[in-house]
Amino acid sequence: MAAKPQAAPSAPPQPVATSTATPQPARTGAQLLVDVLLEEGVEVIFGFSGGAILPTFDVLYEAPIRFIMSRCEQGAGHMADGYARATGKVGTVVVTSGPGATNLTTALATAYMDSIPMVAITGQVATAAIGNDAFQEADVVGVTRPVTKHNVLVKNADDLPRVIREAYHIARTGRPGPVLVDLPKDVQVKTASAGCNGEMNLPGYRPRVKGNSRQIRLAAEAINASERPVLYVGGGVISSGASAELRQMARKGNIPVTTTLLGMGAIDEVQDADLALNMLGMHGSAYANFAVQASDLLIAVGARFDDRVTGKLETFAPHARIIHIDVDPSSISKNVDVDIPVVGDARSVLQDMLPLIEYRDRAAWFEQIARWKAQYPFQYQQAPEGTIKPQHVIRELSRLTDNDAIITTGVGQHQMWAAQFYRWRFPRQMITSGGLGTMGYGFPAAMGACIGVPDRQVIDIDGDGSFLMTCNELATAAEYRLPVRVVILNNHWQGMVRQWQELFFGRRYMASRMVNPSFAKVAEAFGCTGIDVRDVRDLPDAIARMLATPGPVVMDVHVEPEENVYPMVAVGKSLHEMEMGGMA
Amino acid sequence: MSKHIFSVLVQNQPGVLAHIAGMFAARGFNIDSLVVGRTEDPAFSHMVIVSSGDDVTMEQIRKQLGKIVTTVKIRDLSEQKCVERDLMLIRVHCPPERRGELRDLTEVFRASIVDVGPSSVMIQLTGTEDKIEAFVELCRPYGIKQLSRTGVIAVPRASQEREHDGPPAPAARPPRVRQATTSSQETAVPLPPS
Ligand SMILES: Cc1ncc(C[n+]2csc(CCOP(=O)(O)OP(=O)(O)O)c2C)c(N)n1
Repeated sequence: MAAKPQAAPSAPPQPVATSTATPQPARTGAQLLVDVLLEEGVEVIFGFSGGAILPTFDVLYEAPIRFIMSRCEQGAGHMADGYARATGKVGTVVVTSGPGATNLTTALATAYMDSIPMVAITGQVATAAIGNDAFQEADVVGVTRPVTKHNVLVKNADDLPRVIREAYHIARTGRPGPVLVDLPKDVQVKTASAGCNGEMNLPGYRPRVKGNSRQIRLAAEAINASERPVLYVGGGVISSGASAELRQMARKGNIPVTTTLLGMGAIDEVQDADLALNMLGMHGSAYANFAVQASDLLIAVGARFDDRVTGKLETFAPHARIIHIDVDPSSISKNVDVDIPVVGDARSVLQDMLPLIEYRDRAAWFEQIARWKAQYPFQYQQAPEGTIKPQHVIRELSRLTDNDAIITTGVGQHQMWAAQFYRWRFPRQMITSGGLGTMGYGFPAAMGACIGVPDRQVIDIDGDGSFLMTCNELATAAEYRLPVRVVILNNHWQGMVRQWQELFFGRRYMASRMVNPSFAKVAEAFGCTGIDVRDVRDLPDAIARMLATPGPVVMDVHVEPEENVYPMVAVGKSLHEMEMGGMA
Repeated sequence: MSKHIFSVLVQNQPGVLAHIAGMFAARGFNIDSLVVGRTEDPAFSHMVIVSSGDDVTMEQIRKQLGKIVTTVKIRDLSEQKCVERDLMLIRVHCPPERRGELRDLTEVFRASIVDVGPSSVMIQLTGTEDKIEAFVELCRPYGIKQLSRTGVIAVPRASQEREHDGPPAPAARPPRVRQATTSSQETAVPLPPS
């Protein structure tokens, strides 16, 4: 028995069959699948094995594609997602039927909500057995339909090259998203006919790239005429690679920029600090929320007016006309009525709009914003002697990594503090589950990012509750010696839940307390490095040690347990009606 | 509230109907009727979906249909003149002595009696939904034993085809959600502190 010979990461993919019209004769479904994966430039697959996918694994045994075996399919899915977010490439995950596929579902839903390009290949029972409640059969196409951009069950090996090409094309174009291909075992084994046609057939799939020139002109006129504009920027700017254009737009037009959780890094908050309003929304900065509420023109780019961003819809940006640039027409006027819609790719639209944008002074507007910034910065009360404030940990991380690390997060308070207190400098720097809010996302996503971007520090800023959901992947991190760092802001609570119970449920702490293991010891038991920090004076050294450790490391930081996240816009309140938590 | 008829050309592939029906269910959109049929080209099927709701919802339905990868062309037929037909088979309780009267009714509606039993008749009627519903009301006093309808199918009339798969037309704006005001003086919402 031989373990899969791991291809050197730099090994160039060998073209096996690249002609679309005539794949080589006598190839099985699984071979055709791998041919197309190579042709698509897939360099790494995340996955986990099982009966219904074994024929494909057997072909992967010799393929020049790196394979990362997770310890649960959910982990593999988040790794592929983290890889995709960090690199901009399509993440690939291959798992088995039934439980393999259902375990993957959370990761698909996470990627779907955040428009992340992924292709998932799931084994399925043989076509003859489908519908008979066969062993490890699940209606995976049915289960995953609402959480994928597209999915398809392949019944004929001849269709495979076309379907796989379509899957990658659909995943990466338009509004990106996960695509699932369900592959019955017999289709993997069967020999395809020699001349099977692999060309894509998507007559109804025509994502719009270029924006309508009249709409672009109207938008530019509105921008030039505005006195108090705000650019409200989301993940669409990251996924379309439009951050350079965005910065030019903000500079040329002299327009302040606020970013959503998924838009962090679209503007350099250090270099362009004069324009950056940081994050907006429920836990956004007071100055971003005030600016949106006072604006006379809101320019939404690749953002979708999520309820965590808008607060009470009726009073959202009440004085503003709204321009909405988005590649997905169904995002426009879904939650908020839009005055000037521009359907198109953010980068292309901004490029076309830039020449029409004129510089405006807007001195009064920037003075107002400067006053808000001075009066309501992100801040927190100092900790009692020795104890550690979670926000302080993130400030220290930001400082000691020179704002240059890729950061992933779990979901909860630590996620919001990370967004508030790390300073975001480049696109794809922040990797977080914004739409679905999937606890357990941060750690496997960081592993995927490590693999995609090996030359940068990758740090998962995690919560104790979130980390426990996927910490089985420590085994994977140890096996592949991934240089992934986990910083747990350990408050011994499901902190965000505790905060809501404190504020809205009379401190009745129902099932939100965490009884935790020693995370440092857990890490060591898995063969990783563990660091335990309880005194703030030890923090800088501990961080330095963590950053210098070559392999996977978990730093368990015991923070103030009952710290709350502020500012906070309570559900049902308008964006400017923020609770400041006694800090303003 | 208004009724909209969506004509949807889809790729003839397994799962397309489930995808469309699932999208309606997941987003809480109504389906009043849904008809699927083959077209002259075996690669495509044609669906006619009738739904009703406010304009914003109807606009979302059109866009969400467009987002499904296997849909090829979507038209909202309520924005144009079209021929729409529904077909109904209705079995009505009818003792022999009342058959004459029911036959008259049938003739007025240009329906036809397609089956006669000892105490009932079956009538076939095609027409618009309104016409069919009017006929059903008139049948009620007799006692309806069974009723089956195909749902609406529709095809636009020759002259005024207008396609809807480009960007949303700026003129056709849905009603406002936000209470926008034009200047900060007449503000309904207080400004943030300056
Ligand atoms: C899978 C999943 N289950 C439940 C939730 C609901 N939820 C949101 S935040 C949170 C608590 C998170 O606790 P922790 O990871 O310790 O982070 P903290 O808020 O303490 O920073 C919970 C339970 C979720 N987002 N994801």
